[in-house]
Amino acid sequence: MLICGMGGTILTLWIMSLVMGLLGKLFPEKPAKKEA
Amino acid sequence: MADAIVNGLGGLTVGFQMIAVDWRNTIMILVGFVLLYLGIKKDCEPLLLVPIGFGCILVNIPLSDVMSQEGFIRAIYDAGITTELYPLLIFVGIGAMTDFGPVLAQPSTFLLGAAGQFGIFLTLLLALALGFPQLDAVAIGIIGACDGPTAIYVTAKYAPHLLGAVSVAAYSYMSLVPILQPPIMRLLTTKKERMTVMKAVAKPVSKTTKMMFPLVITILGGIIAPKGLPLLGTIMLGNLMRESGVVSRLTKASENEIANVVTLFLGLCIGATMVGSAFIKTQTLIILALGFVAICLDTVCGVLMGKVMRVVTGGKVNPLIGAAGISAFPMAARVVQREGAKWNKKSYLLMHAMGANAGGQVGSVIAAAVMLSVLAGMGIIR
Repeated sequence: MLICGMGGTILTLWIMSLVMGLLGKLFPEKPAKKEA
Repeated sequence: MADAIVNGLGGLTVGFQMIAVDWRNTIMILVGFVLLYLGIKKDCEPLLLVPIGFGCILVNIPLSDVMSQEGFIRAIYDAGITTELYPLLIFVGIGAMTDFGPVLAQPSTFLLGAAGQFGIFLTLLLALALGFPQLDAVAIGIIGACDGPTAIYVTAKYAPHLLGAVSVAAYSYMSLVPILQPPIMRLLTTKKERMTVMKAVAKPVSKTTKMMFPLVITILGGIIAPKGLPLLGTIMLGNLMRESGVVSRLTKASENEIANVVTLFLGLCIGATMVGSAFIKTQTLIILALGFVAICLDTVCGVLMGKVMRVVTGGKVNPLIGAAGISAFPMAARVVQREGAKWNKKSYLLMHAMGANAGGQVGSVIAAAVMLSVLAGMGIIR
């Protein structure tokens, strides 16, 4: 239980952190366009 | 005629006679007053402790039928606790209120949110070692999520007879985070570690990423741990509504009207489960003690993970932010900021701690989901 629970939680959140990092790279914040 | 009057007056005194029959009800009425005092005078989670305290008084008045089959609190209980609806509706509100931007700016802080939940599993084992039945131990362990709705959801589903003790423990210790955490943080870190100044988080997060976050987390989390999908799905629905910005009426209703009404019902129901005969047991004291241990262990594991991250990053991480990896949002982050500033005036840990704290918010739900799915895999729950 300890191994599956703690290991599963950290693995899931690690995967999520990787995916979110990837999303951050795929959709970066674009600098606001200057008005003409 | 005289008999009728005597009998009629007798009917008015039965309640007084019943007070002497079960002293536990009187004790619980006093407990109700203590909860009201904590909520009203000490400002400890008043939104919950006031209805819980009042519910506790209501149910312990002799001959009270508020929780009988026709009782009005029973109707509220059956509508939202038995069906597990209330904690889920609260989660929509929490999702609508929470800005996950800080954790998205630094996704590695998700790991602190994971470590901050280890108290759940360690306490579960401790409860099993103390002889609690498996499902009771699951409900006790979940106090370590430091997250009221998660604790209520899991307890109502698997050990409803422990709902009062688990909920009171979860909410009481959550409000005690500013007192419980600093000594543990100091004990586990050196002065040099506590004084570490972390670079400001300057990375902005795009709106698209913020909107993708609830969708990706729901799908990914749902596939990995489907048992926790109701918890994960509702918090992420609330967050998607917030970040999309197109359903502001629903977002506002979720974080205000719905959350307020459900909080009132939830509090009343929790209080109403605290009947003297069921609550005054050695078991309740053990549950309260285990809840305390769970939240301390969360802090210990979070800080230790902070230390690991410090080593991995070559000293760039202040391990104090690990303490914010619990779900008490944003209280734990503020505690970390205050503690960090105490040791180094130039240290500004708030944004990093908010990242860990938002990670803890997701982490508590994921940890509960993982635990339920692992237990289902082991055949302990269905």
